[in-house]
Amino acid sequence: MKKSKLYPWYFAAGAIIIYTTLCVIPGIIGIGYAFTDWSAYSKEIHFVGWENFKKLFSADTNYMKYITNTLLFTAVTTVAKSGLGLLFALALSKNIKLKNFHRGVMYMPSVLSILIIGLVFTSILNPKVGILNQTLRTVGLDSMTQQWLTNPKIAFWSVMAVDIWRGTGYIMTMLIVGILAIPQVYYEAAGIDGASGWNKFIHITLPMLKQTLAVTIVLNVLYGMKVFDMVYALTNGGPGHTTEVMYTAVFKQFSQGLYAEGTTISSVMFIIMVVTGFFMIKVLTKDEVQE
Amino acid sequence: MQTKKKAINFMKNILAWLISLIMLIPLVLIIVNAFKSDAEALTLTLSLPKEWTFSNFVTVIEKGKLLQSFLNSLLYAGCATIIVVLFGSMAAYIFSRRRDRTGNAAYMYMVLGIVIPINYVALMKVMQVTHLNNSVPGIILLYTATQLPFTVFLLYGFVSKIPVDLDEAAVIDGCGPVRLFFGIIFPMMRSSIVTAAVLCFLNTWNEFVMPLYFLNSSEKWPMTLAVYNFFGQYEKSWNLICADILLTCLPVIIMYLSCQKYIVGGQTEGAVKG
Repeated sequence: MKKSKLYPWYFAAGAIIIYTTLCVIPGIIGIGYAFTDWSAYSKEIHFVGWENFKKLFSADTNYMKYITNTLLFTAVTTVAKSGLGLLFALALSKNIKLKNFHRGVMYMPSVLSILIIGLVFTSILNPKVGILNQTLRTVGLDSMTQQWLTNPKIAFWSVMAVDIWRGTGYIMTMLIVGILAIPQVYYEAAGIDGASGWNKFIHITLPMLKQTLAVTIVLNVLYGMKVFDMVYALTNGGPGHTTEVMYTAVFKQFSQGLYAEGTTISSVMFIIMVVTGFFMIKVLTKDEVQE
Repeated sequence: MQTKKKAINFMKNILAWLISLIMLIPLVLIIVNAFKSDAEALTLTLSLPKEWTFSNFVTVIEKGKLLQSFLNSLLYAGCATIIVVLFGSMAAYIFSRRRDRTGNAAYMYMVLGIVIPINYVALMKVMQVTHLNNSVPGIILLYTATQLPFTVFLLYGFVSKIPVDLDEAAVIDGCGPVRLFFGIIFPMMRSSIVTAAVLCFLNTWNEFVMPLYFLNSSEKWPMTLAVYNFFGQYEKSWNLICADILLTCLPVIIMYLSCQKYIVGGQTEGAVKG
């Protein structure tokens, strides 16, 4: 039987149609709407040219701040999660008693709802009744107590810290699996040649973990660029927009009926991600393409 | 040398306990406070409740409309998972067997969905035109659309490992494409299908953004949205909030404990290849 008959395209049609209609088409028509004055307050939609984009990049609005916040969040959380994850994975991959218990506990935050983690941490970080400030007071570190989520100087760092708490265990688990997959003979051979622990790490462990690290970093960057639940639950962009990221801003515009502005900022994201996405997909599917 | 190694191992175990403790504190905090009386839960501490109050859960189920939202979540996540697994496995199978230009391009197009962000504002327009806005089928299809790319990506890796010789043998025995896939290939993908289904169910159970944008009526809300709303209403009653959060997380935790193998296995399958 011919390939075309044995593997008919209609098998893939369901997935392609749903995905195209609800993920791709909104992205494309969204770019069109970015050039209009679409809002909840007028029935007619007019073409306005580059107006919305000018607004986005002008000094009078805060949008650039939201974009830099998103980039800062992405960079800080990705670096911290990967760094800590690698460190913990190296320390905890071998010779740990109750290793399944520990791994189970450390991976757990990544299966819980991000929104709920956010809500739980609003109570932990509550300046009056929260356990963090209470503990600091009990051990006599009153000076370190903070308005964790309402002080404009530290609120964004608190949000990032909670996200690092949530995401480190996931990367660590991936890397532990990767480390355990490295054949022991490599280390034995290196040992015979007199390689030090550091040399083994640089020349064996790290190169063998390259693909795992690349994939986790890509997934983290994607998560960071699209972050919403965590910020929404913890601060909702406040105080005074200091923790506002792109997607909390989009939701605010959406609920205020400012559709054109919402779709403009989404379109900028869409274009950036499609262009850089090609590179990220290459990383994700590296092995398969070579097959 | 031996004592030095022992000391290092001891330190490693201490570190493991320290990290586990940091991960567990929030969970323990929620559990103990969920059982406290109103007066006791004014401040959130890790101390055990003086007397264990179970009425919090009853209050929460009644006031938080937890039962309704539980059934909603179950319906949305359940239906979406079935559609995603069915369509996702069929698509992954076709892409993996058609490794020509079109097949690879179609696979890439699908996997691009992992990367591209959703334009929620324009999506609303699509939802209105297709009459899916604020409807149950609408939210299920939205969940399906967001989960399909990763599922196809995950299953593609598995189905590629099933030898093509098998297909040829089946064809010689007189199998058509439908019987070949559902009778032979699909059963062989069983373990990876379970992994994909568990991950998809967890992700859709935890989904918050789509219902926030596209479900206006509170009787259609899933658990995540209900708990968020409850949190806003009962800001000071920490015992009720903790009880609500605990009940919302419970299905996920049970699922995690019973399917841990599939969850971690599936996540690492995608990442660990090199």
